[in-house]
Amino acid sequence: MGGECICVMGRYILRRLLWTLVVILIVTLVTFVIFYVLPSGDPAVRFAGKEPTQQVVAQVRRDLGLNHNVAVQYLLYLKRLVVGDKYGWPGLGFSYTTGGAIAPQLWQRAQITLQLVLGAAVIWMLIGIPVGVYAALKPRSAFDRSSLLVGLVFISTPVFWLGMLLLWLFWATLGWLPGTGYVTFTTDPVAWAGHMLMPWLTLSLAFAAIYARIIRGKMLDTLGEDYIRTARAKGLPERRVVTHHALRASLVPIVTLLAVDIATLIGGTVVVEDVFNLQGLGSWVLYGAQNQDLPITLAVTLVATIAVSLLSLMADVIYAYLDPRVRPR
Amino acid sequence: MSDVLLEIENLHVTFASPHGPIRAVDGLSLRAERGATLGVVGESGSGKSVTFLAAMRLLDPATATVSGRIRLDGVDLLTLPSREMQTVRGPRIGMIFQDPLAALHPLLRVGDQISETLRAHGDISRRDASDRAVAALRRVGIPSPDERARQYPHELSGGMRQRVMIAMALVLEPELLIADEPTTALDTTVEAQILALIDDLRTRIGLGVVLISHSLATVSQVADTVAVMYAGRAIERGPCSDVFGQPQHPYTWGLLDSLPAVDGGHESLTPIPGAPPSLADLPPGCRFGPRCGYRMPACGERVPDLVERHAGHADACILPMDGREGLRRAPIAHPANSEPAP
Repeated sequence: MGGECICVMGRYILRRLLWTLVVILIVTLVTFVIFYVLPSGDPAVRFAGKEPTQQVVAQVRRDLGLNHNVAVQYLLYLKRLVVGDKYGWPGLGFSYTTGGAIAPQLWQRAQITLQLVLGAAVIWMLIGIPVGVYAALKPRSAFDRSSLLVGLVFISTPVFWLGMLLLWLFWATLGWLPGTGYVTFTTDPVAWAGHMLMPWLTLSLAFAAIYARIIRGKMLDTLGEDYIRTARAKGLPERRVVTHHALRASLVPIVTLLAVDIATLIGGTVVVEDVFNLQGLGSWVLYGAQNQDLPITLAVTLVATIAVSLLSLMADVIYAYLDPRVRPR
Repeated sequence: MSDVLLEIENLHVTFASPHGPIRAVDGLSLRAERGATLGVVGESGSGKSVTFLAAMRLLDPATATVSGRIRLDGVDLLTLPSREMQTVRGPRIGMIFQDPLAALHPLLRVGDQISETLRAHGDISRRDASDRAVAALRRVGIPSPDERARQYPHELSGGMRQRVMIAMALVLEPELLIADEPTTALDTTVEAQILALIDDLRTRIGLGVVLISHSLATVSQVADTVAVMYAGRAIERGPCSDVFGQPQHPYTWGLLDSLPAVDGGHESLTPIPGAPPSLADLPPGCRFGPRCGYRMPACGERVPDLVERHAGHADACILPMDGREGLRRAPIAHPANSEPAP
């Protein structure tokens, strides 16, 4: 029975992966149309950045195969993505403002953004779950009300302002934490954590507040369920009723939400990366947009959409693992 | 002869509400005996479930005020420290509920839900607990119990789920099983099986059973004694055969007359006119008075007490004893305040 279950699950994941590939293919088509076909004027001139020389325009035209018709151009674009080009894998060309290859930078920046987003997600869950649970156990209590109030402050605080406030307090005034910038984990783990702490907090506080409210609501619903009464009726200690029965059921729907939020942030931590001078995807896409560096914008767009499709697949698989009722049969 | 297991004395349960206090249970006294089945009958809102949730101390203390005495083997459960109450729920009283699909945790395997009960109440290894869970499933008549133990509630049928609930409630071998509408959500054939199972377990292990139901038919099948509840009070109580054979209270008459008889035509169905009173705004005197076809001026003066008329058979009606039978056969016209049936 167990083996059969795993087999069914494996087939389901495989099917979903194939679908994800289809989605990614559509994404490439859409990005191709948006970046190459729709805008008026010569795409080679556009991709070549501000005030390009004739030489660069010619190189771009050759690199991107812009002398062919549109369908062939798309296939060449796909081919570069899949097999890479002379600048690395995936084949996204080079930045026309800096001259640097896109692919290696993309990987490096994606790492920083991933560290920022995942670290922040851990923090907002670590704050959101206990606050939400405790508020649900004592609804309308002083704790519940003040957690709502503090949460509203966090939600309505602009992220750039919160970031600068933290910098002013912990770096400029108290000197407890290092300022902006990034140190790799392998160079110095302590310095790494020190540099990441404020960006993590800045990014996570608003989410912590939102998640605390959502978890509180889910917990209140779950605590009213019949099976919670059953758990109490069989004499389980209240702590176990809350954690093992109520919290477990309440967190299942949070998985989907978390995946979507993480995926969205991977392409969109613009402000935090900018404030803390982290060279991630967010600050990159900002640079790309400001300098009309199309290859950069295209690369981040692709990564962000692929992150969304992969993370929603992960969320569905985890959901099925946690809730037997939605498992594929 | 009588070996009292659970004794409820002058129980009051009041819920706070925006419309004023709701008196869900109002001066109820009942007793359940060891190895016997007490049937508790009443409409929804008559306080039957609330009474036994109060006995299990499962009502939210933030909204419910409970007073009176509920003694299990002489020990008042209402004053027990909550830590000791945890050792009553499960090891001494098991409880099952109306909708077994909602009452079982949807994300946990049924075997784990049973062994969890064992592990919460004793030092027992994971393996032993799951073995005993399988044995408990076997005892309630579940075929291939070791396979079923690994399944989730949604994979079982309604009857199987209620058997799982019974297995879980009885795995610690309590003295008392409180079954709150255990068959309401089930098919009639499955209902008979579940009732037979409960009755069989009662005789085999000497279990005291409280069977809460809105259905007279269900209760009459298995109960030894019956209590009929109306608006938070018991209005008739006695041996099952007496209460159904010689019912004394006009409300019980009404309940019995509103039952369809297999051989009777449609005209034999007589619904009780009106609806139970609002528990936030109870009528003066007898609670059933406004709906009663035999109402006298004295009925509105004070709440009638439950008085024992024959051996063990008590009712709370001030009609004179002689001639009640005759009254029942020739009902007076229904009271003026009753609304016409829609």
